[in-house]
Amino acid sequence: MTKQYDLVVIGGGPAGMAAALSAKQHGVENILILERDKELGGILNQCIHNGFGVHHFKEELTGPEYSARFITEIQKTSIEIMLDTMVLKIDNHRQIHAISPNHGYMVLKSKAIILAMGCRERTRGAIRIYGSRPSGIYTAGTAQRLININGYMPGKEIVILGSGDIGLVMARRMTLEGAQVKMVLELQSRSNGTLRNIVQCLEDYHIPLYLNHTIVQIHGKNRVEGVTIAKVDENLAPIKASYQYIPCDTLLLSVGLIPENEISKSARVKLDSRTRGPFVGELRQTNIPGIFACGNVLHVHDVVDFVSEEAALAGYGAARYIRGQFDTTITHQTINGEGVTYVLPQTMNIYHIEDTCNLYLRVNKPYGRCQIEAWIGNTLIASKREIRCLPSEMINFKIRKEAIVGSSDLRPAQAIDQQPTQIIVKIVGMDRDPSLP
Amino acid sequence: MFDICIIGAGVIGSAIARELAKYDLSLCLLEKDQDVSSGTSKANSGIVHGGYDAKYGTLKAKFCARGNQLYDQLEKELHFGFRRVGSFVIGFDDQDRKTIEALYENGLKNNARGLKIVDGDFVKKREPYLSDQIQVALYCESAGVISPYEFTIALAENAVDNGVELRLNTEVVGIHKQADHFVIKTHQKPIQSKVVINAAGLYSDKIAKMVGIEDFEIQPKRGEYVLFDKTQGHLVNSIIFQTPTEAGKGVLAVRTYHGNLMIGPSSTYIEEKNNVNTTAETINEVIHAARKSLPNFDLKEVITTFSGNRACSTKHDFIIEESKKIPGFINIAGIESPGLTAAPAIAQYVVEMVAASHLISLQQKSHFNPERRPYHHVSEMNPKELNELIQKHPEYGRIICRCETVSEGEIKDALSRSIPINTLDAVKRRTRAGMGRCQGGFCTPKILEIIYNELGIPVEKIEKKTAGSYIVVGRTKKAFH
Repeated sequence: MTKQYDLVVIGGGPAGMAAALSAKQHGVENILILERDKELGGILNQCIHNGFGVHHFKEELTGPEYSARFITEIQKTSIEIMLDTMVLKIDNHRQIHAISPNHGYMVLKSKAIILAMGCRERTRGAIRIYGSRPSGIYTAGTAQRLININGYMPGKEIVILGSGDIGLVMARRMTLEGAQVKMVLELQSRSNGTLRNIVQCLEDYHIPLYLNHTIVQIHGKNRVEGVTIAKVDENLAPIKASYQYIPCDTLLLSVGLIPENEISKSARVKLDSRTRGPFVGELRQTNIPGIFACGNVLHVHDVVDFVSEEAALAGYGAARYIRGQFDTTITHQTINGEGVTYVLPQTMNIYHIEDTCNLYLRVNKPYGRCQIEAWIGNTLIASKREIRCLPSEMINFKIRKEAIVGSSDLRPAQAIDQQPTQIIVKIVGMDRDPSLP
Repeated sequence: MFDICIIGAGVIGSAIARELAKYDLSLCLLEKDQDVSSGTSKANSGIVHGGYDAKYGTLKAKFCARGNQLYDQLEKELHFGFRRVGSFVIGFDDQDRKTIEALYENGLKNNARGLKIVDGDFVKKREPYLSDQIQVALYCESAGVISPYEFTIALAENAVDNGVELRLNTEVVGIHKQADHFVIKTHQKPIQSKVVINAAGLYSDKIAKMVGIEDFEIQPKRGEYVLFDKTQGHLVNSIIFQTPTEAGKGVLAVRTYHGNLMIGPSSTYIEEKNNVNTTAETINEVIHAARKSLPNFDLKEVITTFSGNRACSTKHDFIIEESKKIPGFINIAGIESPGLTAAPAIAQYVVEMVAASHLISLQQKSHFNPERRPYHHVSEMNPKELNELIQKHPEYGRIICRCETVSEGEIKDALSRSIPINTLDAVKRRTRAGMGRCQGGFCTPKILEIIYNELGIPVEKIEKKTAGSYIVVGRTKKAFH
């Protein structure tokens, strides 16, 4: 089967849905969403806790409620949805190859494509925890699915390694289901989770968080029987004298998320080693004309509201591309300055920006009172004060178009040989807040 | 009463069972675990060796070179996955060159095929990512890669399809010699058999002792491996061995049959036969040693580490013999590396032994079916084939394991074949569901559901691999009542 669309969105989670809706609002007619699961919503379907939508809807929703609002909107439109459909690759002609039980092997042509495949969790193997290989070791997301979707308890006595948000949420969830969560261990000297989750998921339930700790061995031949935990030194090496055996039947891992870009790679989309997602411009265009990316496939977000915001940009970008109003010129490039691990978008075409450009960035360590600054050459073009910046919390930073234009040596659009102007984004720390984790 | 009872459904036991299934015999294959290929056969390098390495005159040398030549035909019949990719033993200096020349000479005597001593440029052309320091290498065209557990499963499945009675979860706890037969005690009903073949791998000494044979011991030698994502697979095209030195055999780097980069194994004698732990020290040594051959692999792309225990005997060679003390009791023991390569040749030899022993007469079966029905692996099919298949069987269009592109159809096929299976690992080894970069993170809940739907086993009773390796404790809200 070969079919032709104006826009195909790969992934029907929050990013894909918001991108499709935005494209629709900007006049794209013939849109298809491909979703591998049997319903729309993506990972939100298993995130039954609240806290979603504070920015986007100005109220607190659960994950399924948040996604339901988008599903309802989509159902009012003519956007076509194919569920139970797995995309296998995007070929050199930008055709999408996918299979499903109902349609068999499909080759789909589309004027534009939006990548919204989300991310996956790092595993035990990836962080190389040694010992035996029994059952009872789950990534936090798998445990979350087992409990919240399938209705099964993975275990009774739990140790959690890694203090990412899903791990923290699962510490609370499993406690509420009657399990004993013995501890959460974190290799670094600070948590990867948001402060809100540390308070509401651990402290409220008296679950201890051990910083600078890791697991050095897993015990148990059939099922997990225990783990050996250890304190680590400043080089993150386990300290032998601190080894301690903790009996448990389950180990949950919340040790990081990895954007899932296998399909992007098949389309030769260029990836950024900092984000592990594509290099993108202001409308989330990748290096391959007509292919856009948004959501966790692009970079891991901690708040779904920003996913929706970013996806709307990609939808708008795709709409412009389909109308033939897309200019691939790169006028600016964002650069990591001091204290910054990454800035998104990595490039900009100033001619596409109407009023402001919204930058997403992460810092490399906790800062107390500080200022985020954007510089072109010796000119400070934008700044924002923060009371606190944490690596676990993505920062939203707006720059006005006129501030960028005023400091740039801009030539007419389409000037191919033009070197992009660099915008350096950095953190200027005022002082270190001693109360920080 | 069986004619022959084989103890152990690893690659050796399964190969023997399949070879004997060509004859009119009543055969029984016993396995203590929940699936075949649950021990050493599932965790090794997955290599069909060229046969130049084992010292001329040993059983290892004899059966390795012979076994190598049987694999093309076996692959045609059993479809387990085999490719002759060639191997290099790489050398960095004159000392290595001497060793490589000696290996070459030894290989010629062993009747190993496709051997050639080559220079560093030859290696570089075929293996551009290897070290620049390589001066010389022994190239062996006939070496290949296989999926060792799929091979073992294929052998056992074809044996069962040809009438062999496979009894899983059946541990042998005692053997009594009667006048003209053996009584094999298990936790179920005792089994009677005229001939017993001991292919119990790591436990073959324990089984031999049950009839009073005490002239060998099995010393488990653990090998630890690191398996990488397929993104690293392009770094090697063939099998890369290091030149053995007095310090050790070195570690190999290989692109596995399915396309992952794998490095290892280490080599440590251990006490406990079933201790397949991995350790930080050893894995770090493996990584360090492998860098000598292949300097630039990316540790961020590691999928898993694992280990397997080789069944090394105190006789330092394969033990392949009918006991002189106990006629009818055949030991196939101490089958360490290159045991996987040798397995089909050993199996043929066992048939000759049985024929020569006059214990039972061998009549070729007229209806032996050497063919095993291949799997429809979606990841290996072209669009036209897939469309035809999905039209007939829509479940092949539903991808359950996204990392390895495994469909519901393949999983259901695995669950309905002649070897009854019900564990996650058994499904994984047959279909690759859960083998990929997310290590079952996304597909585990879905596979549980398929096992429940197909076999009717409640999810809380489904296990990963062994008794007690349950996945969930019960329904939410009810788990603690």
